Amino acid sequence: MSTDTTSAPTKKPSADEPAGLSSQILREIMGGGAVRTVLAILCGFIVGAILIIATSEEVAQVSGYFFSRPMDTVSAAWAAVSGGYGALFRGSIFNPDANSFAASVRPITETLRLGAPLIAAGLGIALSFRVGLFNIGGQGQLLLGVVFASYASFAWPLPYGLHLIVAVVFGILGAALWGSIVGLLKATTGAHEVIVTIMLNYVAFNLVTWLMRSGFLHDDAAGGNPQTVAPLDTAQLPPILGPGFSLHAGFLLVVAATIFYWWLMERSTIGYRFRTVGLNPNAARTAGMNVPKIYVVAMAASAAFVGIAGVNQTLGRAGGVTPSIDAGIGFDGITVALLGGGGAVGIFFAGLLFGAMKAGSPMMQIADVSPEVLLVVQGVIVLFIAAPPLVRAIFRLPTPVPAGPIKTFVKSLFTRGKNS
Amino acid sequence: MTSTVTAGASPALRTTVLAQRNWKTAISLLVFALLGLIGFGLLGQSSDVTFNWTGTGDDVIIPNWVEDSKRIGVVFGILMLAITGVSVWFTWNRTRPPAWLVLVFGLLFVTALLASVGAGGRVPVIYLATGAISFAVPVILGAVAGVMGERVGVVNIAIEGQLLLGAFMAAIIGTMTGNLFLGIASAMIGGALVAMILASFSIKYLVDQIIIGVVLNVLVAGITSFFYSAVMTRNSEGFNFPGTLSFLAIPGLSDIPLIGPILFDNRITTYAVFVIVPLVGLLMYKTRWGLRLRAVGEHPLAADTVGINVNRTRFRVMTLAGLIAGLGGAALSIGAVGPFIRDMSAGQGYIALACVILGRWNPWYAATAALMFGFARIFQVWAGQAGSGIPADFIAMIPYLVTLVAVAGFVGKSIGPAAAGKAYVKQ
Repeated sequence: MSTDTTSAPTKKPSADEPAGLSSQILREIMGGGAVRTVLAILCGFIVGAILIIATSEEVAQVSGYFFSRPMDTVSAAWAAVSGGYGALFRGSIFNPDANSFAASVRPITETLRLGAPLIAAGLGIALSFRVGLFNIGGQGQLLLGVVFASYASFAWPLPYGLHLIVAVVFGILGAALWGSIVGLLKATTGAHEVIVTIMLNYVAFNLVTWLMRSGFLHDDAAGGNPQTVAPLDTAQLPPILGPGFSLHAGFLLVVAATIFYWWLMERSTIGYRFRTVGLNPNAARTAGMNVPKIYVVAMAASAAFVGIAGVNQTLGRAGGVTPSIDAGIGFDGITVALLGGGGAVGIFFAGLLFGAMKAGSPMMQIADVSPEVLLVVQGVIVLFIAAPPLVRAIFRLPTPVPAGPIKTFVKSLFTRGKNS
Repeated sequence: MTSTVTAGASPALRTTVLAQRNWKTAISLLVFALLGLIGFGLLGQSSDVTFNWTGTGDDVIIPNWVEDSKRIGVVFGILMLAITGVSVWFTWNRTRPPAWLVLVFGLLFVTALLASVGAGGRVPVIYLATGAISFAVPVILGAVAGVMGERVGVVNIAIEGQLLLGAFMAAIIGTMTGNLFLGIASAMIGGALVAMILASFSIKYLVDQIIIGVVLNVLVAGITSFFYSAVMTRNSEGFNFPGTLSFLAIPGLSDIPLIGPILFDNRITTYAVFVIVPLVGLLMYKTRWGLRLRAVGEHPLAADTVGINVNRTRFRVMTLAGLIAGLGGAALSIGAVGPFIRDMSAGQGYIALACVILGRWNPWYAATAALMFGFARIFQVWAGQAGSGIPADFIAMIPYLVTLVAVAGFVGKSIGPAAAGKAYVKQ
């Protein structure tokens, strides 16, 4: 194709590297984000394995005579690590020990169920990152989504179908309103969004606790404890794989949100504005964009996605919820967004990975390996993801290519219709 | 050249263009003054409140101050309105109202609030003051570290992680060695370790400072949670049973009524605050080292031009700040409850970050802001016991709302160090 001949001379061929197409492709792959992500995940699990070995009592016992029988230590270490990660696999992907097929595949459905809110929160946080805003307020926005969705789910008896839609929309709206406060404060007073979102997290938590303890959300059956009234049947997200599985339609909602996010950020006008402001607000202003307004809209949109996570948590169960419903999802959204790298597909799989870790934790606990090791794994993964030069330095990867053969080819696929 | 042109033009400009009046402070004060006058005064309940100044076992007894709570509300409300008037006068003359005036205003508001909540009972002043200080110690130290970081041009979101790792290290090393001072030392090293990772990632690998800070918090929370459940809970006698630092009463000074029990009968971590805050303030504003530090944070290119090594300065100051934040972590565990608890920093590092901005990047003001958060926490505990009519969840919300109002009203736009958050790449 003509692209090969045009791209080859622009890349300066260095002395030690032949300028063949295959090596160019290899270089693009090795320098690209996918390899880096895989290596970061690998590093995370290796560090986790080291921690498991270091704290295993069996390993500690046999390592006392390491120099006389070193293989004992090695096999004990292997047993500890494979026991832990094996339990993670059985708890999150597929359990071959289960006595029926449904029970065997149940773990993967749990991964999808627990990953769904993480994906939604990750989409929201990633949106704010791409506008150049740091939305640390996922917790507060999620909780406001919970408040609005919960109220709509028990206070307004509506027919099947309509009620669910109203509750979902209302929940998203609540979160978006809360998020827009941040944008308004930033746009009008210049208050830094990191501080504002952190403060609003605490305000939201106390406000929601009060509403659930004695406000209009309070369930009298819970006594003095803060708890919401259970959603009516008509507003619950229905199970999608039958009664044997707890996976519910919230996952479909999140899939739809992911597709919408892709359209919004990559194809819509407002998404283009978001990205422009994120890259250079001054240039955006010069181009005639109303930057303060975009900050408000972007924070509302970011919070709306986080609100989907709140809706998912509220309507995905038969009972009421407590203020601890957030369960760190609002904050985990940040790590999901970082790992996912801002793109819809990346965030989707990042959310699933972290969802799998949540799903596998109880099984690891049973296998007597502290599931908190997965928090370390997550931390190490995002640490390496956040610092691409570090991973490149460790694994001696080439620097990323701005326009390699694959990227050019993919781009030509998308632009062909418009150019010719 | 250009300089002569501007010099010639500026006298003419100076006569016509005046600084804009900034009404934000005055308006905020007015809102709080009216809130105080109406809420605690005109609508407040009328019954006697006893301000108790003495602790148990004091030799010198200050007589209690008994007064009608409604009268306190009205009188103090009028005083607050007067201060608002003075600040309007300052604003009209295009100057900022002085900080001490706002401080006096705050004291009046707090006294009226205490009188209103304690109406019909007593207000234990010493209990509230000592509680506020001890709750504030970790936040103050974290905030001082944050101020140093931002002044040198590195935004430190990882204060939370530094406090958490400090608390963890103090508890585990303090238990294993049986020596709490080794615990404090290792807590400081832990804080410095986080700071060094933050500094090197943002300086060497040019990673966004806010992102790496958040990531470090996740990592520290993960590591400490893991060791807490895998090591500490399985053998808490051997790994998580440090005890607490003892109270050291300073002979003589601690016998002074009111001030003595509040200031001079504390743990070593609290005394450290009394030393560190003035010391950092002094070093930052009165020494060559401090001038260089601030130059690096305001204009790294200029600092580089006059021969200051920007990145080395940043790394060293961050490490020093990390030692201070780590000490704050030690104050959380062995300086308060003793053993380490999972996620025990509970967002106090983020509060410290808010104090940095609330305190206008000044160690003194940041410490004052942290003290406000400390007071809010002890007030919440006390108001719960006193059985006030205000729901506890609302009281818990107050400091965060005040911070929001302050960040939006008092602080506003771009007062922080100009180069904070940006990596410096030498051309």
